[in-house]
Amino acid sequence: MASRFWTWLHKKGSPPVFYDMADRWAPWLGWLSLIAIAVGLFGGLVLAPTDYQQGDSYRIIYIHVPSAWMSMFVYMFMASMAAVGIVWRLKIADAMALTAAPIGAMFTAVALTSGAIWGKPTWGTYWVWDARLTSELILLFLYLGYIALYNAIEDERTAARAAGILALVGVVNIPIIHFSVEWWHSLHQGPIEINLTEKSSLQPSMLWPLLTTMAGFQMLFFWALLRRTQTLVLTKEIAAKWVKRLMESKA
Amino acid sequence: MTPVRRKRLTYVLLLLAGVGASVFFATQAMKENIMFFYSPTQVEAGESPAGARFRLGGLVQTGSVVREEGSIEVRFVLTDTKAEIPVSFSGILPDLFREGQGIVAHGRLRADGVFMADEVLAKHDENYMSPEVVEALKAAGHDPTKGNPEEYGRQ
Repeated sequence: MASRFWTWLHKKGSPPVFYDMADRWAPWLGWLSLIAIAVGLFGGLVLAPTDYQQGDSYRIIYIHVPSAWMSMFVYMFMASMAAVGIVWRLKIADAMALTAAPIGAMFTAVALTSGAIWGKPTWGTYWVWDARLTSELILLFLYLGYIALYNAIEDERTAARAAGILALVGVVNIPIIHFSVEWWHSLHQGPIEINLTEKSSLQPSMLWPLLTTMAGFQMLFFWALLRRTQTLVLTKEIAAKWVKRLMESKA
Repeated sequence: MTPVRRKRLTYVLLLLAGVGASVFFATQAMKENIMFFYSPTQVEAGESPAGARFRLGGLVQTGSVVREEGSIEVRFVLTDTKAEIPVSFSGILPDLFREGQGIVAHGRLRADGVFMADEVLAKHDENYMSPEVVEALKAAGHDPTKGNPEEYGRQ
């Protein structure tokens, strides 16, 4: 049973099979994410009521919270792929860890900048060195370090393994980011509580647009991941027969 | 799972456990530095650094805000419901400053026990709601505009 699973996985992970599968999934993810983000932003920026004390400036959460959530999700995804690459030597896993990194770095940068822009009118400062902000900045450097280390090593298998170990070491930062506001005194507020049955931190008319943009960002990540991995696979396999056939069929 | 994969998986898990444990002990040891501010209870107990600048966090006590006529000096009391520290500040307060709001003040503790702040930041909470909902909750006997004192008493 287990061996049949691995045969299946290796088959799915083979470049031509992966390329075909990604080609089928990517358009769905791309369009659905576009729709979800558009609907969510319209709901959040136009339909949702203003906050009783922040007025309209709270609306930055419709960008900030999904980005911050994705910055951590993408890191866990990247580290899991790196672990699979290290233990099972599955090439497609290494490829996906590498292509996920810049996307995660972008989400982290958006979370940091949108937070700073919101911080000035709300807290009275763009930046403080509290536990939440500092650990999120470390996350950005972990992404950049991973990308730099991967590109600094010529041999591809060594590069994947070395960068993968760095990604795994950085996993410790994820619970620190998440629980920093509960473990220590910080300027950053606590996590938004989302309850579908009981009372949430946001009233329902503010909550549904947030959940919609979060779903949209999630699909945006997988769309970008598939497209980037397709490009990487094509570049690596440029001399292979299946790429030649593919080019001829598309021409 | 082949033995060689099992071995690699063990290494990965050991790495995660090792890094996790060392970071856990390191953050435990540096707890005081990671804490962004001291609570009024800690200051009253003399745990804050004497003669040095530090941050004090708490809720602005209802009815305690006094503005000096003809100047920008403002005095108020910060509380975590267990201890109270009077604060004096000359400068521009953040828009969110009001009674019941969570505040982080940066400054020094004077010998007479008054905290002389040179910077005041608003610590927002994670609750967002429209003015209508605030009114409805107030009518139901629960004022949501009061900050949560538990956020200011971590040990």
